[in-house]
Amino acid sequence: MKSRSQKKELTWSAKLAALVVKDLRVELRTRYSLNVLIMFALVTLFALGVTFTGQILTFRIHAALIWIMIYFSGLQGLSGGFVKEEEARTAMALRLYAPSSVIFFGKLVFSLLILTILVVFLFPLYYILMNPEIKRFWIMLLVLILGIFGLSATSTITAAMVSKANVKGALFAVLSFPLMLPLLLIAISATSVCLGGGDGQTLWDSLKILIAYPVIVTAVSFLLFDYVWNN
Amino acid sequence: MINIAAEKLSMRFGLRGVFKDISFELNTPSSMTVTGPNGSGKSTLLKIIAGLLVPTSGKVRIKSDSDELKGEEQKKIMAVVSPEMNFYDELTGAENLEFFMKASGYPASSEDIIESLKRVGLEGRGDDYLKEYSSGMRMRLKYALAILKRPEILIVDEPSTNLDISGKNIVYDLMNEYQKNGILIFATNEDNEISIAKERIDLVS
Repeated sequence: MKSRSQKKELTWSAKLAALVVKDLRVELRTRYSLNVLIMFALVTLFALGVTFTGQILTFRIHAALIWIMIYFSGLQGLSGGFVKEEEARTAMALRLYAPSSVIFFGKLVFSLLILTILVVFLFPLYYILMNPEIKRFWIMLLVLILGIFGLSATSTITAAMVSKANVKGALFAVLSFPLMLPLLLIAISATSVCLGGGDGQTLWDSLKILIAYPVIVTAVSFLLFDYVWNN
Repeated sequence: MINIAAEKLSMRFGLRGVFKDISFELNTPSSMTVTGPNGSGKSTLLKIIAGLLVPTSGKVRIKSDSDELKGEEQKKIMAVVSPEMNFYDELTGAENLEFFMKASGYPASSEDIIESLKRVGLEGRGDDYLKEYSSGMRMRLKYALAILKRPEILIVDEPSTNLDISGKNIVYDLMNEYQKNGILIFATNEDNEISIAKERIDLVS
């Protein structure tokens, strides 16, 4: 058995990949987050489908419905990463063996993957059931990607903060809502324009915020994370 | 050479003082046991040494030769075995070892994993899911990870918790081996374990 000094240390990205692979492996074996997300999304989608059958909805209502589904479905599962580590008492081993930066970005990437799966599953179903007109499909795809990046970044630091609390679920919703609301409003506005309800300038202004928001949240969260995770 | 020095460590949880002004210094090779009644702060002291808790006052300094190690650098030279620390039930024993070694930056080969499992008496059980392990087997797996990591400082909370006689013998061999080559710090109230250590800190409740 080689000693540590005889081995070459793995790169930061290789450690990150190890954490993401571990989380995916655990998730695929338990469906801890994915089942909740998909079921919540399905129920919401079919409730909307039945309620609005035969009605013509405005672009803004379509946009709002899409993001409400993503947000509330995501809310059910996104706190899972850190909360499960604390509840299963695996957080101690994780703290001892993985660098804080790897843990933060690993959980962020995992949330991003989970939300991406949700959107890939949800959006085609929404299109089939609600049949919205999409004028700018590729930009809408970009809006969805930036939106879920923002939701993942916000939920990662919020989940880390609530993971040691007693009422984790309620606290996660209460803390994450005011942080995610500005992002949701901008994402709804941008999506509405992509569907056909607005001008290019409004879309460009929304895109700038959608790009800036996750970058700022990720940067600030990363600075805070070491303190939140280790204290 | 590793040097670990605790300077006037005190810990309070709210209004309740756990311990006050604990100081010690250890150099490689050495060993120290922390004893005391339940609630006297043995596990808390070990967590502070491991960097998992911040003391109310005082400081733990760890030096490698003359360079002081900070944060992540300290964790690289340390392994902790504790009943409070769990691994992932959804992974197999071998997958758990593989993951934690990769996360620490020094991946273990399959041969090393098999060897470490064999050393703790879990030969042939590496492919079983952790949820199928008994509490004693889980404790053995934590020692297997410590063996793989080969740390300069080994911190053990209640070394023989959940272990049978053969498990205890494996652990005592390991502890004796570590105190000859590195720094071993453990918390216990078992007389036969206390005698393993060269130095001792008694905490009072």
